[in-house]
Amino acid sequence: MPLHLEVITPERSVYEDDVDMVIAPGSEGYLGILPHHAPLFTTLGPGEFRVKKGGVEEVLAVFGGFMDVRANRVVVLTDAAEHIEDIDASRAQEARDRAQQLLAAGPVSAADEARARAALQRALVRLRIAEGRRRRR
Amino acid sequence: MPSEREIRRRIRSVRNIQQVTKAMQTVAASRMRRAQQAVLASRPYEERLRGILNDLAPHADPEAHALLARREVKRAAIILISTDRGLVGGLNTNVVRTALRFAETLPGASYVAVGRKAIGQLRRFRQPVSAEFSGFSERPTPRDTSIVARVAAEEFIAKKVDEVYLVYTRFINTLRQVPTVRRILPLVPEDEDIDTLPPLQYIFEPDAETVLEAVLPRLVELTVYQAALDNAASEQSARMVSMRNATDNAADLLEDYTLAANKARQGRITKEMLEIASGAEALGKG
Repeated sequence: MPLHLEVITPERSVYEDDVDMVIAPGSEGYLGILPHHAPLFTTLGPGEFRVKKGGVEEVLAVFGGFMDVRANRVVVLTDAAEHIEDIDASRAQEARDRAQQLLAAGPVSAADEARARAALQRALVRLRIAEGRRRRR
Repeated sequence: MPSEREIRRRIRSVRNIQQVTKAMQTVAASRMRRAQQAVLASRPYEERLRGILNDLAPHADPEAHALLARREVKRAAIILISTDRGLVGGLNTNVVRTALRFAETLPGASYVAVGRKAIGQLRRFRQPVSAEFSGFSERPTPRDTSIVARVAAEEFIAKKVDEVYLVYTRFINTLRQVPTVRRILPLVPEDEDIDTLPPLQYIFEPDAETVLEAVLPRLVELTVYQAALDNAASEQSARMVSMRNATDNAADLLEDYTLAANKARQGRITKEMLEIASGAEALGKG
């Protein structure tokens, strides 16, 4: 009995397939979901979302959101998710520097500050994941 | 009857207009495809999140979260979503009229205007507007719309308003876009789903309150995002259709004018012939 996994963002569906196991970055720490897991609902922190299928592991980066597990269906609702291969470390570095500069200079409005903080966090997650990918190779 | 030269001048100007409307039609058609895809692609997310609200509701106390609070309605906020640019047929007129008419059924209403047309119309009708947003009607992002949702949610939480409605143009298909009124606050789970489904024994991480705290604002933001996407798809569809009508009308007009021009030309030639003939006749007699 496989797990049916769907990863959905407001803009599109990122992933949909039957898989063997997922390891999700829960807000309380990483958690693994195998078939026949009890119904679970959790908020997700930013981090690596690992999908195992037939001995192959795929890694997505997710940036917060929710995961709903029930009856062998895993639904991940997240603001943004991307395949790890699509992450561009140098672009993330630029984004991080830009956000840090903005925050250091003192943002114009509260909305700007929130945006800069969110950008900074996204950049840090991307960098961490890109770092992990290099080490594994 | 305008002169032949006048008619030829009109033909030229109609042809120029036709070229412009034709170009706008083509542009709108390609943007329409993208906008329609965007609205359809975003629907599963919202449906899921709403389903989750229905599942969570039995586990949560309606008093537990400010966004679930039901109060006697003295004042409501209406988020009115329109386009930034015109040339979309009756789309904005219809949605504004729907909002104004709906507001009359409420004890009191103030607006959050989204899109330049809504801002202008509400000013013209001297309606109370608490916030204005524009510049993203053709290509809304979750970031643009979450600010709109947050402003409305803050008014609701601060008890400045007791309900929040969304008035926007729902995209059905290329030929049909319907002005729609939808209540977004307080969030109310759909009762029928709760009755039919036994409450699941859910594990919540970290706990039910935190999860609710995270899900509810997102749901409000997402509903606004969805409405903005609907509006964008409606905008491009309506523009495409109205530009196609304009192009067709120009073609009809060109046909009429060409006929008139040919008649005028024929008349002029006949007149010249008559003049020559009668001139020759007069000479012959003399």
